[in-house]
Amino acid sequence: MIVVDGVSHRLGDQLVLDRVDVALAEQRIGVIGANGSGKSTFARLLNGLVVPDSGTVTVDGLSTAKDGREVRRKVGFVFTDPDAQIVMPTVGEDVAFGLRRSGLPKAEITARVRDMLARHGLPGFEDRPAHALSGGEKQLLALCSVLITAPGTLVCDEPTTLLDLRNARRVGALLAGLPQRLVLVTHDLDALADFERVLLFDAGRLVGDGPPADVVAQYRTAQS
Amino acid sequence: MIGLYLPGRTPLHRAPAGLKLALLALGVGVLLTLDDLRWLTVAGITILGLYAVARVPPRVAAQQLRPLLWFAAFLFVVQTLLTDWLGATALVVRLVLAVALAALVTLTTRVSAMLDAVEVLLGPLRRFGVQPERVGLVLALTIRGVPVVAGVLGTVRDAHRARGADGPPWRLLVPVLVRVLRQADALSDALIARGVDDEAERRTPSVNC
Repeated sequence: MIVVDGVSHRLGDQLVLDRVDVALAEQRIGVIGANGSGKSTFARLLNGLVVPDSGTVTVDGLSTAKDGREVRRKVGFVFTDPDAQIVMPTVGEDVAFGLRRSGLPKAEITARVRDMLARHGLPGFEDRPAHALSGGEKQLLALCSVLITAPGTLVCDEPTTLLDLRNARRVGALLAGLPQRLVLVTHDLDALADFERVLLFDAGRLVGDGPPADVVAQYRTAQS
Repeated sequence: MIGLYLPGRTPLHRAPAGLKLALLALGVGVLLTLDDLRWLTVAGITILGLYAVARVPPRVAAQQLRPLLWFAAFLFVVQTLLTDWLGATALVVRLVLAVALAALVTLTTRVSAMLDAVEVLLGPLRRFGVQPERVGLVLALTIRGVPVVAGVLGTVRDAHRARGADGPPWRLLVPVLVRVLRQADALSDALIARGVDDEAERRTPSVNC
């Protein structure tokens, strides 16, 4: 379980999160809100990319402030722009990057990478240059590179925002089928229909929390 | 020029990265000592033979040297003026062959294998505070960064043209630099998220909020 307890956070003079309290135990959690509402900062709290000015965030009892390394093993993070998170020049090497310090034999790493790519829409892509992939393929690669370390929770910050409709659906279908707990920050409100819980942020405050139908309706009303 | 890896199963592909790096250093060292065009021709034929063994398509081989051509031509002219055409030719041929040899190693070696070799080579420096895995990571990011920066440059150039702003290339410098720095910021977040940095500092999100 992820527990966000009394969290406030400033960026410069701006209060981007204001006394947020929430406990996340569901498998499918959506996070919505207008640009600048604090939802991305909230997402970054969950794996310790942002350590709050006040309050605490714990993942299965581990503090993101004190146990960042362990927290990041439990919580994977996928960013909006896949280009910004691909580290290695070829697809296979980038997926294998997360296992470099795992102590696994090279043959085992190679097999796992091949299997991961095959299961997630990139079969036989191991030797392709990462920069030559399409936007959708790059985001699939970014997902594979995070999933290879088998985190229990996956936080995705608008992973389909930069993709066309076809690739957005492709990535959305992959996310929907994952066994991991998923925290999805998105502007695609239709994608949240099957989620168990949706959080709505406005001006750094958690102003909506409940089933998708209710919270999305609240958001639509507020935006109209 | 960063040829990246060309998949294959030739003897050159299968040779250990450390051995290839050592032979590359030796080969470049030998090239530097050659002044006689006959010996340079022998070296050139040998390198061509190695490209054939590695089954590098001629088009790919030519791509490795194309970025060097203008510099080589400039060097040839300057050296001819300063010395003589024979000396200038030998210098340019040495340079081209050295780059061709280095490109061959890049084409037949995965970056990850190169990193492993670099980490082994730098291992003894740990006692002096050097972190070989960090050096390897920097090398990987440098190689990965070349197409990324090229992409940023293309985007900024297109944006300028779309607004009808044709002008000297240096005008692109600031927007390219800003974008590259933003990419670097986002990449540092990604590296932390992927467990490269153990310490989470208070950080400023690079996108949205």
